[in-house]
Amino acid sequence: MRTELRKWSLLLSVAAVLALPLASSAQLTKYDLAQKLNAEAHVGKLTGHAKAGAADYRRYCVGCHGVLGDGNGENADWMLPPMYQKPRDFQLGIFKCRSTLSGTLPTDQDLYDAITRGFDRSNMPQWNTLSKQERTDLVAWVKHFSPRWANEQPGTPITIPPEPEVTADRIKAGRDVFARVQCWKCHGVAGQANGPSASTLADDLGRPIAPFNFTDGSRPKCGDTDKDIYRIFMTGLDGTPMPSFADNIKPDEAWDLVFYLRTFMQEKSKEKELAKQIGLKPVDPNAPAPAASGQQ
Amino acid sequence: MHVKKRLPRSNVARFATSLSAVSLILVSIILTCSQPANALPAFARKYGLRCSACHESWPMLNYFGQKFKDNGYQLMNDRDAPIWQNPGYWPVVFRITPIWHRVSVGKVQVDTYTAGAADGGQAVQRVSSSGFDLSGLDFHTGGTLEKNISFYLLPSSDPTGAFHFEQVFVRFDNIFHSSWLNFKLGRFELDNLLSEKRILTLTGNGGVYQTYHFIPQGDGNIFGQIGDNQLGIEYLGHSADDRTRISASLVSSSDGNVNLSTTANAYTGFFAGSQAFDAGRMGVQRLGFYAMAGEASTYYLTQGGVPLGGSGIGNKSFSREGFVGQFYFGPHVGLTVVTQHGTDNAWFGQGYGNAEATDGNGGTTCGGPALSPGCPPNNFPGTALPTGSQAPSWNGVTFEGHYIYSPQLIFISRYEVEKMSQQANGPGYTPGPQGATNGFSTQMPSNLGNISTYTIGFRYNPFMTSRAGLAWHNEYNWLHQDGTGPANLATGALTNLNTSEILMGLDFDF
Repeated sequence: MRTELRKWSLLLSVAAVLALPLASSAQLTKYDLAQKLNAEAHVGKLTGHAKAGAADYRRYCVGCHGVLGDGNGENADWMLPPMYQKPRDFQLGIFKCRSTLSGTLPTDQDLYDAITRGFDRSNMPQWNTLSKQERTDLVAWVKHFSPRWANEQPGTPITIPPEPEVTADRIKAGRDVFARVQCWKCHGVAGQANGPSASTLADDLGRPIAPFNFTDGSRPKCGDTDKDIYRIFMTGLDGTPMPSFADNIKPDEAWDLVFYLRTFMQEKSKEKELAKQIGLKPVDPNAPAPAASGQQ
Repeated sequence: MHVKKRLPRSNVARFATSLSAVSLILVSIILTCSQPANALPAFARKYGLRCSACHESWPMLNYFGQKFKDNGYQLMNDRDAPIWQNPGYWPVVFRITPIWHRVSVGKVQVDTYTAGAADGGQAVQRVSSSGFDLSGLDFHTGGTLEKNISFYLLPSSDPTGAFHFEQVFVRFDNIFHSSWLNFKLGRFELDNLLSEKRILTLTGNGGVYQTYHFIPQGDGNIFGQIGDNQLGIEYLGHSADDRTRISASLVSSSDGNVNLSTTANAYTGFFAGSQAFDAGRMGVQRLGFYAMAGEASTYYLTQGGVPLGGSGIGNKSFSREGFVGQFYFGPHVGLTVVTQHGTDNAWFGQGYGNAEATDGNGGTTCGGPALSPGCPPNNFPGTALPTGSQAPSWNGVTFEGHYIYSPQLIFISRYEVEKMSQQANGPGYTPGPQGATNGFSTQMPSNLGNISTYTIGFRYNPFMTSRAGLAWHNEYNWLHQDGTGPANLATGALTNLNTSEILMGLDFDF
């Protein structure tokens, strides 16, 4: 009898050994792996494959973004808004930094740039030490989390006209745009993120979020070139209170606004010099909003 | 009823069967329940990144970790300064490794006994010893004092608890907003791409890079050991993505010893540069070089015959130079190659130079008159090199391969070979008036002191989080050195020495 018991206990042990990994892999089939793992990304001449990005995601990203890409990694609980934004939930397929219009999916290049650039004032570092291929594979892996890519095409990148010459008149015109579209309500009249609405802001998931402070030396999250700043307010930051102003600001006016925003920033710039020369004053929140160019 | 007749089995066999089953289950549970992939937890805790983000396998850095280090332990995300941390955050980590190991030395000269008493005879035999043991204890503390100003402090003890400061420095980064302008001052590891302080192996001979510490037999120069932390100042410059790196250090030729030791007044320069290349799916490859050129004293003043601390003069030169390659063959396989050509001045070859106090780095204690037993030879004014003296030189290479199954499991293999190309005692060697100052009175065999060693092992991290690290470490090292065994008792001929060590331990930090 004891012999038989030993035999069965051994068989059960082997069965347990075989069953445990099966149970583990069962957890990974919450979504349709077969289809999603075929996700690709195209950046320049490179093609990224989701499967190839899995290992790097597990090494570098999973602590914040979580195994399931839902932004619930082990560190998520310790990132407390508004000082630290929660990690991106890739399953939602909603991204702040895009070259495409508000509400549309970003391009693969947008996601690649985000991984490369990182996000200032967040726990997301620059991953430019990874090879281009590794970053492209990661883009494909990020895409595999959301069903949006299976059903939608990425938006078309907005057209950014050539940057005009900075002039004092353009900076003043930029101030008018700043006043008209009421940027100051969140960003403050001097770009210090202290506008009357600043303390009330929340993202689409109801979490507190702070407007960008132009004056503290930090870099805009979606890039710090003039083109990047142009793109930010023309496409908006999806998932946040920062809307797209593509319908409210004409392309030429947009450059004026870029020049005006530069006057807030710490770095030395021609815009700052010109603003100082002409004694440019901040907008007056109580003054009537200036009319859009071309309007009477 | 047919009853199967079972063969009788011993209790041992039954126990083995049960143990196998239980082991299988345990291994399966560990492999199954382990979280997706384990650093200096102080940094990991600060930034919320898992160990695997910065470490190929803790403690060896990957490129991202190297960039983090090169940026002064900063992610460069405008949240690096301590003002952004919870006031309770204190960047301290301890690391220690309880181990079991077995060390076997192939040839040891021992006393012989007859009828229960020493008979005055000698024999040579293998000595093996095994048991449970401890590594030393490291208290790592490091981080930023302010944006672009960082520090590192590492009080470190040997297994008995005797402490020294293994690493202490303050660094200033991104001066004038340029990643090309970074400086640090203190005691630090030289800018070795294959970092010995981040070595993945723990045995006595395998836990260091022989290429970084090779010294010809009888040589008195302990100062060219690029694996030891040194006291000095370092300039580092790197591109924003860390693909290009250059560094230059000026260090005291004291092998990191404090208190302006005997060899004060001598300096060494260390220079390194490397360039990384993007090789598609193969990963990022890096090629670099290093060169160390310096001087150290061979002569120190005495007072009543006793060496006078900090009085080293009579500086002689030495150099170390080589190439480094860090290659990846996809995400799982890596190979690092380090070469070295080393040369010491002929005075060092004759045993002059090592006048350091005991420091744990191979220095010599000398509390008595110079030239008395236990004291290093002194290059008194008027001393001449013995006839047949030569500048010793050698070549070495280290190959270290990694198979990274996952961030939690890494297999390590290493092969190192160091070969003399010119011995200190050349043809026609005749000792001078001070005698055989390097311990050898005749011409040295061409292979004397040559080393070949290999190490294999693996480290398994059962969990990986951004809070703490634990690795189950297993390793085997074998080392062969020519001519360093006990002399043949019958003929007096030099013999070769083999040593080996097997080690298992739990390497943890918190």
